[in-house]
Amino acid sequence: MSNEELIKLIDTWGFTLQTTEEGTEFLTFTVRKEDLHEFCRKLKADPATHFDLLFCVTGMDWGNELGVIYHLASTDLKHEIVVKVMTADRETPELDTVCDIWRTAEFHEMEVFDFFGIRFKGHPNLKRLFLTPDWDGYPLRKDYVDEANMVIK
Amino acid sequence: MEMVLIAVAYLLVFAVAGLYLVLLERKVAAWFQLRLGPNRVGPFGLFQTMADALKLVSKEMYGTNRADKFLYNLAPYFPIITALLAMAVLPFSAQFQAFDINIGIFFLLAVSSVGVIGILLGGWASNNKYSLIGAMRSGLQVVSYELSVGLSLLTMVVLTGSLQLSEIIEVQKNGWLIVQGHIPAIIAFVIFMIAGTAETNRAPFDLVEAESELGAGFHTEYSGMKFAYFFLAEFINMFIISAIAVIVFFGGWLSPFGITEEISWFPSVLWFLGKVLIIVFLMMWFRWTFPRLRVDQLLNLEWKYLLPINLFNLVFMAIVVWLGWVITF
Amino acid sequence: MAEIETENKIKSEEYFVNMGPQHPAAHGVLRLILTIDGETIVNVDPDLGYIHRSIEKMCERDSYQQIVHLTDRMDYLSSHINNEAVCLAVEKGLQLEIPDRVKVIRTILSELTRLASHQLWWGVMGMDVGALTTYFYAFRDREMINDIFEETCGARLTMNYNIPGGLMYDIHPNFVKRVKEFVAHFKTKLPEYDRLLSGNIIFINRTKGVGVLSREDAISFGVSGPVARGSGFASDVRKRHPYSAYDRVSFKEIVMNEGDTLARYKVRILEMWESLSIIEQLIDNIPEGDHLVPTKAVIKLPKGEFYQRVETARGELGVYINSDGNKNPYRVKFRSPGFSNLSALNHVAKGGKIGDLVSIMASFDFVIPDIDR
Repeated sequence: MSNEELIKLIDTWGFTLQTTEEGTEFLTFTVRKEDLHEFCRKLKADPATHFDLLFCVTGMDWGNELGVIYHLASTDLKHEIVVKVMTADRETPELDTVCDIWRTAEFHEMEVFDFFGIRFKGHPNLKRLFLTPDWDGYPLRKDYVDEANMVIK
Repeated sequence: MEMVLIAVAYLLVFAVAGLYLVLLERKVAAWFQLRLGPNRVGPFGLFQTMADALKLVSKEMYGTNRADKFLYNLAPYFPIITALLAMAVLPFSAQFQAFDINIGIFFLLAVSSVGVIGILLGGWASNNKYSLIGAMRSGLQVVSYELSVGLSLLTMVVLTGSLQLSEIIEVQKNGWLIVQGHIPAIIAFVIFMIAGTAETNRAPFDLVEAESELGAGFHTEYSGMKFAYFFLAEFINMFIISAIAVIVFFGGWLSPFGITEEISWFPSVLWFLGKVLIIVFLMMWFRWTFPRLRVDQLLNLEWKYLLPINLFNLVFMAIVVWLGWVITF
Repeated sequence: MAEIETENKIKSEEYFVNMGPQHPAAHGVLRLILTIDGETIVNVDPDLGYIHRSIEKMCERDSYQQIVHLTDRMDYLSSHINNEAVCLAVEKGLQLEIPDRVKVIRTILSELTRLASHQLWWGVMGMDVGALTTYFYAFRDREMINDIFEETCGARLTMNYNIPGGLMYDIHPNFVKRVKEFVAHFKTKLPEYDRLLSGNIIFINRTKGVGVLSREDAISFGVSGPVARGSGFASDVRKRHPYSAYDRVSFKEIVMNEGDTLARYKVRILEMWESLSIIEQLIDNIPEGDHLVPTKAVIKLPKGEFYQRVETARGELGVYINSDGNKNPYRVKFRSPGFSNLSALNHVAKGGKIGDLVSIMASFDFVIPDIDR
């Protein structure tokens, strides 16, 4: 499906979304964090969209908000979109997990938790993956300071 | 006095054979892998294993804390003693055989069964969960394949009618047993080679040593000379299995075309050693070519395939002998 | 069959075994915590991070030319392809028109890299399963590729030959001749590989039916590369989203449907043949032209997001660059193929034996720096 058809179809689902195609090669939807799980479930389940391949999960720190960017593709209908979700709470950021929809998200969400501190509600095994369990702080955040390990030019 | 001399001679043969078999293995492996083997220590690397032995002797011998000291120290001696006992009955030539007992083959089989105890003791006494698992696996493998070894040898005994090793070689003056027994003898030989390789824990049946990344083998907790004992015993076992194959199937110290007496200036011990080295080379060839079997496939092979084939072969050989379809020269 | 009840049920406990960061059949520093019941694996829990070098954080501090050099340490067996991914992403952002000569040379080097990686994979797979000689045969042939790289690019493993805008230097005059010699030599050696390992009955027993991954699971776990193609999921980036010179060569995409270790093995062997065919099609017709499009010394990408995907020897590598107009990227994410493939390992290895885990891991072909970044 082309981007216009996708926008038309997804508008009929009634979620609060921001849609854009600027500054990126993919059609991007920014969804509210409460709607994330339902939106993703519909994206996979609806036969007209059928996004069954989650190929990239990127944690992101936009300065004020933390969030996740999901790159989705459909293996039979051959279209691709990007779903962004963000939360302004930097102390205890929480989002819904999507690992019951796409099993690859299990490991990717552990990575996002490890580097950004975002907790995923409903994740079966949320723990630090790369860093040691007693590491202090979340390194990929923009306000992370570590005099010993970081070399700033 | 004579006994002491003979004992010392055998110990020397044992040590030298062990050391040079290790070197041979390394050179053969290098040849298959398109590289040179050890060639710096001495001409053609001939002193390489001496250097290795010296290194092992000089290593610190520490044991684990809660290991059972007596059993831990006792375990390495079992494979060595059984290997020496087995070597004592092998006929190297018509004049050179320490014990010529009338239950030759039976004695060999019995003695090799005792060697398993060393493996199990080593694994148990190390007080290490993974050594124990490795030891159990190895013990299981050896015990299963002993059946096949025994049955294939029994098949050949049907042909010769005697368990005594020198008698077996006498019978082969009319043609080697593998030729006399034609088809059942060839089947018995193939099964013997497979089972013999499994007995000595060599590839493709070396899962005990290979899984060492995970559940280490029974000799993890051993170091220095005690490890060297296990290691040497494996190579001597390979020599013994090859020697049994040569004696029972390929005529022992007899020359190929039945001309042993005519060329009596040629020491018959060289025929024996030459044939044994060919079979040893065959076993090494297996090791460096084939991947290894998984543990359940290994046991499947023995109990579902080799054992029935062996039993059938035994009956077949008995029929062949009864009907007199033996090829003699 | 009626269940036989015993008076005292023998309880067997599960125990933990550590397949530690160092093992003799090293794929890199991967620690697996296995929960085993007898001989059967109940759970595989990977513990990563032993070679985590925070490449993504370093990319936020470095300039665009510098981040290319960080990428060849990720999946070091496909280092040229990693470099190509970042260069293509940056060129996409700058909207540069890359000359044909550069595209063709990049493709030839990518295919040589893929061949070298698959050769090493073959050697290691044989070694893991027990045939210790395969390692030497594979390296003998791989040395020829390494020598070609050394002459043209300057390094044997971590090439650093790509820069945003083209290639760092033009190819060496001997390049075409040596590549043709190598292709002719390797075509006689590849059937040798089949004779030694592929047809061996012990090997087939170790790999057939072992570690089956179904197509739905492959898609759900996001696996890519030969692992996915062995399960019937046709995911070759070179065909779906062609880049560089892949749109002008014809080659087959190898897909098998069984999903077991033997299928993954066969996919890689046949891919080696396809790589040879691609190189042959391109090597005689390298177009003339510049090897470089000059860019400014300080590269600034316009504000936006750029995603480029390439097919490394392990699967789909995705480079996501989020730029805010400065001379350093705001965020760079490397979607590594090994990470997604690793997430499928637990599912595939459950219920098998420990010996199966070794052959499954060999067929997945992990390179741990790719997973850990």
